[in-house]
Amino acid sequence: MAKGLSRAAERCFAALDMTVVLTPAAEHQVAVHDGLWMSPTDAEKVTGWALKPEGMCRADLCVPLPASALRANEVDVAAFWAKLGGPVIASAQRDVWALGAPAGERNAALEGLEAPDFTLPDIDGVPRRLSELRGKKVFLATWASW
Amino acid sequence: MWQALYDELKDKGFMVVAVAEESRGADHARPWIDQAKSSYWQLIDTEHRLSDLYNLVNVPQAVWIDEQGRIVRPPETAGSTDHFRRMDLKTRTMSPQDQAERLAARQAYLDAIRAWVTTGAHALPAASVRTNLPKVTPEIAEAHARFRLGVWLRTHGRAAEGDLQMAEASRLHPDSWSMWRQAADLDEVGKASGPDFWKRVQALGDRPYYPPPKL
Repeated sequence: MAKGLSRAAERCFAALDMTVVLTPAAEHQVAVHDGLWMSPTDAEKVTGWALKPEGMCRADLCVPLPASALRANEVDVAAFWAKLGGPVIASAQRDVWALGAPAGERNAALEGLEAPDFTLPDIDGVPRRLSELRGKKVFLATWASW
Repeated sequence: MWQALYDELKDKGFMVVAVAEESRGADHARPWIDQAKSSYWQLIDTEHRLSDLYNLVNVPQAVWIDEQGRIVRPPETAGSTDHFRRMDLKTRTMSPQDQAERLAARQAYLDAIRAWVTTGAHALPAASVRTNLPKVTPEIAEAHARFRLGVWLRTHGRAAEGDLQMAEASRLHPDSWSMWRQAADLDEVGKASGPDFWKRVQALGDRPYYPPPKL
């Protein structure tokens, strides 16, 4: 019983210790330590890149990981993201992190001229995806109240 | 803002997607959206994701996208002009000539959209779109990450910390009026068009606030 309680307490502590990782299009809560060391499963969930023998892979592309960014069943996502050329920013308390899109990735996407797809909520909260509008000419414009 | 144009062109395979770069959220944008009585998409972008994806720096900016989902005009000012910079700040009015010029420029922009939808005019060749795309630098990429973190911190009751991130974002990406003005608005509604805003506009000197589209 005491053992069970302690496991529950451990889980509770782990839950409180969750770190928020913001990516350009999503927000994740993951268990991390010493920066952004996390399990390969969480690393894939956060970055979209999966750990394989060749390195971190997405579709046909693999980026080798430096040995210093890899431990038994753990990946240093901050090091991996920096290797991709993306900004890695932490809050002062290091409990919230933002992984930004690498400049080169943004430029390549825009220069490819295919309009970067996105999903955003409308005023009633209904998610709308740009690519649903294929077949129409789309005038995409920003505004703000400020 | 675009409803009349949309009504006129919607049966010709035309759609308007208006995205509010609005970190205060949907409820803050609602009065404007209700007033617009729009039937096109009105989307809420609290994190300015669109500005990140398309390398935008101000509002209103627009991108034209064809039936195949390809960008046929790079980000550019969508119908606004710099005439406001000469307005009398006490009465908030422009000279009749400036008002007329401003209206004419806006009309010319709307006419260009009409021509594009009906004849395909003004769609630029791929090479020309590429040449006119503003480049994302590592500083701009970092600014977007800091801005995103700043919005999150502000939304979660950590205003002072969020403001520091947003200030750093503006320092890294000084050309982004959206980052600076959104941060000012989050600090206090109205501040985005207050004295500090006008100081920044004056500091532009001969440079445009709203670069005119190269139609």
